[in-house]
Amino acid sequence: MIGAMMASSYNEDGHITVSGPGGGTLRSKKPENTAFKQQRLPAWQPILTAGTVLPAFFIIGLIFIPIGIGLYVTSNNIKEFEIDYTGEDVSSPCFNCSQSFSWNSTRPCTCVIPFYLEQPYESSVFMYYGLSNFYQNHRRYVKSRDDSQLNGDMESLLKPSKECEPYAMNENKPIAPCGAIANSMFNDTFELFYNDPNGTKVQIPLSNTGIAWWTDKHVKFRNPGLNNPNLTAAFQGTTKPVNWRRPVYELDSAPDNNGFINEDFIVWMRTAALPTFRKLYRIINKTSNMVPTLPRGNYTLEVVYNYPVRSFDGRKRMILSTISWMGGKNPFLGIAYITVGSVCFFLGVVLLIIHHKCGNRSNSADISN
Amino acid sequence: PIMTMCPLYVEKERHVKANAWDYNAKFCYADNHIKTSKYNIFTFLPINLFEQFQRVANGYFLVLLILQLIPEISSLSWFTTIVPLVLVLLVTAVKDATDDYFRHKSDQQVNNRQSQVLIRGSLQNEKWMNVRVGDIIKLENNQFVAADILLLCSSEPYGLCYIETAELDGETNLKVRQALTVTSDLGDITKLMNFDGEVICEPPNNKLDKFTGTLYWRDNKYPLDNDNMLLRGCVLRNTEWCFGMVIFAGLQTKLMQNCGRTTFKRTSIDKLMNTLVLWIFAFLICMGVVLAIGNTVWESWIGRNFQVFLPWDESQRSAVFSGFLAFWSYIIILNTVVPISLYVSVEVLRLGHSYFINWDRKMYHSQTDTAAEARTTTLNEELGQVEFIFSDKTGTLTQNIMVFRKCSIDGRTYGDVYNEFDQKVEITEKTACVDFSFNPLCDRRFRFYDSTLVEAIKLEDPAVQEFFRLLALCHTVMPEEKSEGHLVYQAQSPDEGALVNAARNFGFVFRARTPETITLCEMGQAVTYQLLAILDFNNVRKRMSVIVRNPQGQIKLYSKGADTVIFDRLDPSSEDLMYTTSEHLSEFAGEGLRTLALAYKDLDEDDFEIWMKKLLFASTVIENREDQLGALYEEIEQGLKLLGATAIEDKLQEGVAETIACLNLADIKIWVLTGDKLETAMNIGYSCNMLRDDMNEVFVVSGHTLQEVQQQLSIFFFDKACLISNFSVLRSAKEHILGLSRVGSAGDVEKTDMFLHDSVFEETIIAEYALVINGHSLAHALEPLLEHILLDVACLCKTVICCRVTPMQKAQVVELVKRHKRAITLAIGDGANDVSMIKTAHIGVGISGQEGTQAVLASDYSFAQFRYLQRLLLVHGRWSYFRMCNFLCYFFYKNFAFTLVHFWYGFFCGFSAQTVYDQWFITLFNIVYTSLPVLAMGLFDQDVDDRTSLRYPGLYKPGQQNLLFNKRLFFLCTLQGMGTSFLLFFIPYGAFSVMVKEDQQAFAVTIATSLVIVVSVQIGLDKHYWTAVNHLFIWGSVTVYFAILFAMQSNGMFGILPSNFPFVGTARSCLSEQSVWLVILLTTVVCVVPGLAVSFLRVDLFPTLTDKVRHLQQSRKREGPQGQNLRRVRRTSSRRSAYAFSHQQGYGELITSGKNMRASAVSSAHSPGRTPHSSNWIENMLKRKNEVSCISDESGDRAKNRLPSSSTEPELH
Repeated sequence: MIGAMMASSYNEDGHITVSGPGGGTLRSKKPENTAFKQQRLPAWQPILTAGTVLPAFFIIGLIFIPIGIGLYVTSNNIKEFEIDYTGEDVSSPCFNCSQSFSWNSTRPCTCVIPFYLEQPYESSVFMYYGLSNFYQNHRRYVKSRDDSQLNGDMESLLKPSKECEPYAMNENKPIAPCGAIANSMFNDTFELFYNDPNGTKVQIPLSNTGIAWWTDKHVKFRNPGLNNPNLTAAFQGTTKPVNWRRPVYELDSAPDNNGFINEDFIVWMRTAALPTFRKLYRIINKTSNMVPTLPRGNYTLEVVYNYPVRSFDGRKRMILSTISWMGGKNPFLGIAYITVGSVCFFLGVVLLIIHHKCGNRSNSADISN
Repeated sequence: PIMTMCPLYVEKERHVKANAWDYNAKFCYADNHIKTSKYNIFTFLPINLFEQFQRVANGYFLVLLILQLIPEISSLSWFTTIVPLVLVLLVTAVKDATDDYFRHKSDQQVNNRQSQVLIRGSLQNEKWMNVRVGDIIKLENNQFVAADILLLCSSEPYGLCYIETAELDGETNLKVRQALTVTSDLGDITKLMNFDGEVICEPPNNKLDKFTGTLYWRDNKYPLDNDNMLLRGCVLRNTEWCFGMVIFAGLQTKLMQNCGRTTFKRTSIDKLMNTLVLWIFAFLICMGVVLAIGNTVWESWIGRNFQVFLPWDESQRSAVFSGFLAFWSYIIILNTVVPISLYVSVEVLRLGHSYFINWDRKMYHSQTDTAAEARTTTLNEELGQVEFIFSDKTGTLTQNIMVFRKCSIDGRTYGDVYNEFDQKVEITEKTACVDFSFNPLCDRRFRFYDSTLVEAIKLEDPAVQEFFRLLALCHTVMPEEKSEGHLVYQAQSPDEGALVNAARNFGFVFRARTPETITLCEMGQAVTYQLLAILDFNNVRKRMSVIVRNPQGQIKLYSKGADTVIFDRLDPSSEDLMYTTSEHLSEFAGEGLRTLALAYKDLDEDDFEIWMKKLLFASTVIENREDQLGALYEEIEQGLKLLGATAIEDKLQEGVAETIACLNLADIKIWVLTGDKLETAMNIGYSCNMLRDDMNEVFVVSGHTLQEVQQQLSIFFFDKACLISNFSVLRSAKEHILGLSRVGSAGDVEKTDMFLHDSVFEETIIAEYALVINGHSLAHALEPLLEHILLDVACLCKTVICCRVTPMQKAQVVELVKRHKRAITLAIGDGANDVSMIKTAHIGVGISGQEGTQAVLASDYSFAQFRYLQRLLLVHGRWSYFRMCNFLCYFFYKNFAFTLVHFWYGFFCGFSAQTVYDQWFITLFNIVYTSLPVLAMGLFDQDVDDRTSLRYPGLYKPGQQNLLFNKRLFFLCTLQGMGTSFLLFFIPYGAFSVMVKEDQQAFAVTIATSLVIVVSVQIGLDKHYWTAVNHLFIWGSVTVYFAILFAMQSNGMFGILPSNFPFVGTARSCLSEQSVWLVILLTTVVCVVPGLAVSFLRVDLFPTLTDKVRHLQQSRKREGPQGQNLRRVRRTSSRRSAYAFSHQQGYGELITSGKNMRASAVSSAHSPGRTPHSSNWIENMLKRKNEVSCISDESGDRAKNRLPSSSTEPELH
């Protein structure tokens, strides 16, 4: 066991010099007397007692239950109407369109779907399209875009990022916008008609602005050639995505909703979190306080059926919904709040009983060393 | 400057020629430059990185980084791994660099030491590093030897020189080295210049006690061995100067060859952590496999059809291959379950805890100006789990200061103080001290409180006079009088020094001695006695005697020794006195004092003549000399007349008894391992309350053979096993059988069997036993045959004392417990003889502030007083363990909660390894958003404060039982983490299915925000001690999260790098929705409430001691500080204490031969100012041991007074 000493072990001089209490040329090694170094920092030391925990449970219960009820009522007040127009069924009006779909067809297939609204929709109505079993959140799908290109960067416009593969180049021309997301943009179009009881068919005006996030429209997405009003020129040298029928600069006639800043496009580019999702399509603005935005009655939805989903068992829906401060119709939050609130309250009661029956209230009495 | 081609062959033989640089240079021996540092400025980066990447964790992250660079599987950006990795590497590199800087400095200091080298006919000062093999160097007293050198000549006769090898082998006694006779007269420069001997010797090796070589000089061969060598690291003592020739230098010296074998200690939590990381890793692989299978299935059922919108890559030819890629992708995104910051955070915590130990004022000893020091920063939490303490005695439990306390002279005791009512008064600081001013030669530091003794002296009571005369004559102390009246005594044992010093104060001043005479100053008159014989001490005789002729011509024999030994040899006339004295002795012993009996005898001139002749004859006999001398001594030491007895206090260190009591309450078993004798050790055992009279049995094992020891142990064990089974009615039958079977086959008890039943035995102990075992028996008991039963017996006992153990045995005992008892062991000691056990134990503690530094240098923690151990373990250790465990629990919880969200998301994104969170969030979560609160918790959290921890030692027990962090708890906290991740994912999932803004980025921000809030709330609940720092870090972290969130998603950042900050605007639009906040609130409550309810129920229904104490502490907070309720228990023992005399044989002979005496004039002329009072060798030899009790010179070195010296027992050498 003899020493495997460190080499430094004999650095100690043979003599030890220690300064006495009086003759201190050396600084004393006495540690400083600070609260920090002595671990005496003033501190709040909460402990779990019945007095703190049980009220917390009751308070949570008492707060959550009203919130839950509020949410539930709000959610119930939201009116929502949904049509699945995928056309799986032979009886479905879109059956033919869905069967005869082909990428190359030049003539758009239109299907007309009548429906009946049982309640009038008073406030502004949001029109959504919904897709199911559509994996917009697949990793390869999500990353298949070029944010620089979408931000109007000329270099990326002509030389899209590798991430966009295999939708980066087509026929040796860069695709604008590149990538799988843009390529798969939803391109069904809806028109909504109100069938007046007197027989006339009134087209309901659908607003296609204000459906995208402000930051997306004004920061994230920008057309190339910032001040170039001529989008066609700006997109010179690029080609449209493979699946698209029109190039990107022909998405809309309004110049502030065309090209990359087309709101339909922007909405599509904001990928959904889950494979079943809905995206805002149009807003039916409330026109006056007197007339409901959508009165009760018969309607016709005319769908230009362009978007194939049958190959992967996808579903397509059109949704009409009023909205509240908490978003669309979703009883989940309300129910969850009520449940959690009640459970907490109940737990509080149970704990209180347990505490009274067998709790260790005099638990400091039996401490022994 | 000569470039020589150096042969690369392995050195088989070393050729060194004195004064022949060119010749020696041919062999390219290592120079004397040493290097313990690892890096220099240029090599630091590559070498350090190389080392760091050898660590498994770093290697793991490097592999991940490489995986991330493969585009097909890269599910995360490169920066998510590289940023934390770089941070971790950086922190470690900074730490390594600082360490190495200090090594550089210490190397430099050593390399730049000066030594005198003979160059071209003159002595020149050279730095150590420039000393070369073959050089002749001069060493002076107290210098370190610069290299391994062959001693050529010295200032002492016969070419002798003395060295201390403490740095080398831990032995503190002086050793003699002798030069070859042919070279011993080379004492002047010219002769040395012309010395051209050549040494041919063994190649460099690490055997410290062996050297073989031959000197070829003037056509003669002279064999060389270890006795001719001075090794590097030794200190030249007591020798004016010496010359030597360098044989091995620098890294080839034996010292350096012994270096670098320091074992790296790791804590049990470290090991557990490594296991857990492997488990997690396996778990990670499992998750990867599950998700990869999911991916394969998904791709073949859905993905194949979804190719309209998402075609397969050309690399992704099949669903199976896609699954394979997904596996790696998932390994990347789930890698955070193995937390990269875990190791570095743990290091930071330990460092912080070490600083708290260094900073603790309550472990600072002001007399020696020594603060506690955590010398290793990796063992702190283990301090909270100690079950066995192995303590050295001398210098650790005791101060190694002997104080003359009481005496019994002629049937009367002196030493107690009585007040006017004849009641004994407790002696305190304030008690008036006896005035010794009548005596100009007194030692003014000597304290005695009973003035009756001085009065008796002044009345010239013959018995009292004879008593002190004996003390002044019968010893082997060497006096030194530096100036008139300034006496310094050099005693070889502190007891002896204390006795002589007492005699000095009472007017019998031992002033000088020659081989034939002893001069006393008796009450102011110089009296010279003729010293006729010293009948030296040895372990068997347990006494020593001197025979002197006083000025009146009478021959007297003075004897002192163990009471039993002396009483056996008394004249019948002393019988009455013997009984009285015996009573007094019991009384003294009861107070824990060490006693000696004193007796004298008048010798008849003729008888003495005859005896003396026999003695002279016997001392020339070669065979059986010892025995013959012993018989002669025995013959003359008969018919003694009793004078009385002395009682010396072996002063315990302050607070030892309280500390031991307290540690006992914490279920820590304390074993004393000492080199002392049985009696001494037991004495100390009693005085520090380890042994008590109310113990059922103190069992002493002192067998000399294996069989004896086995028998003793077995019988004891059998006895106790039966006894215990009587106590516990339920288990009686079973244990009885067990006890029997074990005793029957004591030797070959199965190890498993032992583990199985240990606990059963231990918990049924009601009776208290103590085991005392001596060195011989221990040697047998440690043999494989008996070690199990030894351990069993030892664990039955409350107290274990092993005496007369060698350093090696100390280590073996520690090793034994370490091996068989899966318990944490701690060894504490102060001397070089404790080094081995300090290194063996899980934790080694050195007592610092004393002269020997060996123990401290080998230790993991050091402080000045034994009593600080209590604070180190019960406060710092407990806190460290508690903090580390809480930290780990929370850390694993946090990472699981964070990472497993990806697992759940996998089921909804086609198992495509899409991340839930923003990449920046993943990068920063562990290192920015959540690191500081958990670090603050790990650094500052306290469940109970330090006073309470000391007051309730029971609070220490959870650590020993490993209750705060173990596999079960790990499982629970990962489960909690998994639950949290599940809720974190599915609550937003439920809510988001129809939200207004239901895109992926809003989803990510919602979950991330919930996560940060949930883990912050959780740490708030886990925390017991909210200091300002904790507040700052928790609130700060949440604030920083939001600040960074908004910054990262701001227009500006997006403008700079659009593709790296795609989340622009998400936080703004998402967090402005009330519904998102409702989701966050719901998630937080649902994640936190179950845990809260469970911990409330646990505290309420099954409160642990900690909970109770916290409760109490809370309610008492306003009542102000509480006093320690551990009162000092004074023992009321009637046990006979025994002779305690830490003496070594052979000094008598040295004195009578005069070998160790030198005219003081000569010595002072020779030695320059650096060694003011030197230099007979006994002094140096004893310096370390006896300092305080023997130095009478007050104006002398005051510092030394404060440095009670190291504890090595002389017998050990």
